[in-house]
Amino acid sequence: MLETKQNPTYKLELTSSPHIHSRWSTMQAMWLVVIAIIPTVIASVLFFGFYQLLIILVSVGFALGTEAAIKAMRKREITIKDGSGLITGLLLGLIVPPNFSLSSTALGAIVAVAIGKEVFGGLGYNIFNPALVGRAFLQAAFPVPMTTWAQPNFAADGISSATPLSAFKFDSIITNNQSLVLGNIGGSLGETSAIAVLIGGIFLIAIGVVNWRIPVSTILSLFLFASLFHTIDSVKYATPMFHLFAGGFLFGTFFMATEWVTSPLTAKGMWIYGIGISLILILIRIFGGLPEGVMYSILLMNGFVPLINKFTRPKTFGKVK
Amino acid sequence: MKVLNKIRSFSGGVHPNEYKYLTENLAFETMPSPKQIILPLSQHIGKSAKALVTKKDLVKTGSLVAVEEGFVSAPIHSSISGTVKLIENEANVSGFPKEAIVIDLTEENDIKKFPALDPKTIKAEEIRERVKVAGIVGQGGAAFPTFIKLTPPKDKVIDHVILNGCECEPYLTRDYRLMIENPVKVLTGLSLIMKALNVSKGAIGIEDNKPEAIKKLSTAALVFPNISIEVVQTKYPQGAEKILIKAILNREVPPGKLPLDVGVVIQNIGTAVAICDAVVEGMPLIHAPLTVSGLGINNPKNLIVPIGTQLRDVLEYCGGVNENVVKIVVGGPMMGVTQYDFSAPIMKATSGILVLTKEEVNEHQETPCLKCGKCIEACPLGLVPTKLARYSQLDKLEEAEALDITVCMECGTCAYTCPANIPLVQWIRLGKQKVLKMQREINIG
Repeated sequence: MLETKQNPTYKLELTSSPHIHSRWSTMQAMWLVVIAIIPTVIASVLFFGFYQLLIILVSVGFALGTEAAIKAMRKREITIKDGSGLITGLLLGLIVPPNFSLSSTALGAIVAVAIGKEVFGGLGYNIFNPALVGRAFLQAAFPVPMTTWAQPNFAADGISSATPLSAFKFDSIITNNQSLVLGNIGGSLGETSAIAVLIGGIFLIAIGVVNWRIPVSTILSLFLFASLFHTIDSVKYATPMFHLFAGGFLFGTFFMATEWVTSPLTAKGMWIYGIGISLILILIRIFGGLPEGVMYSILLMNGFVPLINKFTRPKTFGKVK
Repeated sequence: MKVLNKIRSFSGGVHPNEYKYLTENLAFETMPSPKQIILPLSQHIGKSAKALVTKKDLVKTGSLVAVEEGFVSAPIHSSISGTVKLIENEANVSGFPKEAIVIDLTEENDIKKFPALDPKTIKAEEIRERVKVAGIVGQGGAAFPTFIKLTPPKDKVIDHVILNGCECEPYLTRDYRLMIENPVKVLTGLSLIMKALNVSKGAIGIEDNKPEAIKKLSTAALVFPNISIEVVQTKYPQGAEKILIKAILNREVPPGKLPLDVGVVIQNIGTAVAICDAVVEGMPLIHAPLTVSGLGINNPKNLIVPIGTQLRDVLEYCGGVNENVVKIVVGGPMMGVTQYDFSAPIMKATSGILVLTKEEVNEHQETPCLKCGKCIEACPLGLVPTKLARYSQLDKLEEAEALDITVCMECGTCAYTCPANIPLVQWIRLGKQKVLKMQREINIG
């Protein structure tokens, strides 16, 4: 407490420099991600009906509830207002098939938060993307419902309810680009509408929440790999555009591969990580037994992140390498 | 068609709100002598000066009141005419009371100067001597005695002198005003430094947010053929000496080395002006040009303040602080020091007083590290702040040393940018001191 001759007493803060801070805060970044997901939520309701909103709400509710319960059990501060549980819930709700059972969704959300995040110590300490951990669990526990695709609203006659990727892989049916971009196709809630995903994703890059290097490296490298195969055999292997817009690639690359905690720290690391995701993805899609591989490719590369960080440390100024 | 020059810069850095508009168009005002001044005996890096005066002695403006002790030290002159009141430990902007000479103002106003010298005919040795006796220290913040920088070891070959006109700290407009109000003094000061070092190439680095200064100096530099004006990108910390040398000359100062190891002497704009005044007008360093700014001060100003004036007097001269004040900083907001005692005096290297409000400080709650990598992207020295801070927290000193913690220049870019609001540079600062101590102990043992 101090006095000047002229002024009354003020309380002054003493801090070690710097004495100012940028506009960034964790919570703000989290809420911006939530805003960016909204177009995708709207698109999924539009194409698959209002029941999908229920799936998303159940997923969010159980994700937040699990986080609060575990924090309470560990006698830690309840941190659900930081928005990370909300994001995990939203993402998980958007990567299950339409009309998926609510009880299974709830179970998935519990696993996502409990096993995907809290066992590691909570936000900031997890190795794998929590929503993808939840989905991997659901895929293993409920393989049939997890691959049962409802037909979207406004689907033209004759479009099967299969996803474009499985239709291509197993029946050699090619879905047109317009449907892929708009999203009136089969698939998980959030992955069908490329345009909704792009709106949110570009918003996040523009405001600086998402580092552009990750989406750019995955998109460029997937385009490159797919072009390579398509040039080798244009009937057997789909076009690069098809690979980019079909399935969960865009949703995964903008909203899950870019998650701060589970992606690399450095610019060089981000490029390696992005290229790795696309490489694993194209190998699964083309040579694997499954039609889709976004989840596994991201989870696998999440596992490599500590190693990537170790080998991509920037050069210290003035040091000769 | 306008030719696009590639603006020189560095990788990393941040763009804090500048708030330069508060003072950039205000010409310097000279503050009248205060009733009392406090002159700390240590206003520079190195050994404290030794007081020459005792209680009740009469001194004039410009009188020598303390003399240097040892090689790395600088003499101190009175900035007012007055009577020595006492010599005691007094408040200091560093936060720790330091021994100081307190002088009370008297009616007479005599000024004592050195004989004026002609900058055209002056010899290198005379420049060094004048810089030494005038008590000039670096105005960039570190306050290193300038004559030492002008006396490099025999084995070092210096080929460039750079004047740092970046002023990359937000708010501060002192160097900017010096450049546009006294371009000839800036250039004369630089040419004197070049002469003292027998160097033929001089450059002034200025950020591109100061077009007026670039224009004024470029015009004035036409008659100084060996001096070039180098425009660099506006980005913090562009004015850090290692960063500026890299931007202008593409030379990297190795860890643990000094600019003179890559053939460069770098000086601040304020130092060049002080050297010019000392030579041309015979003025000892008794005035500090500085910026008083921030949303919390009623009348922001660029002021020429007698050294030793207490913060209280300066703040009152600027209309006092308003009720929204949360921090008062001496220096810039990124590297300055917060104040709690308004009787602390302005020193030789004080470049600004900032009165900051909540809105400018922008503090958030600390949350766990989310490994977003923003600190790494921002670090101008290629360090990994999040890891260094963690190692410092855990006292893992060997690990921190291996990741070059001692290279950190504590610019604060990482802590400024961290979304989790982790006090990164503060942890690193602590860890760096511990590592340096460990290294000293190993060297001794």
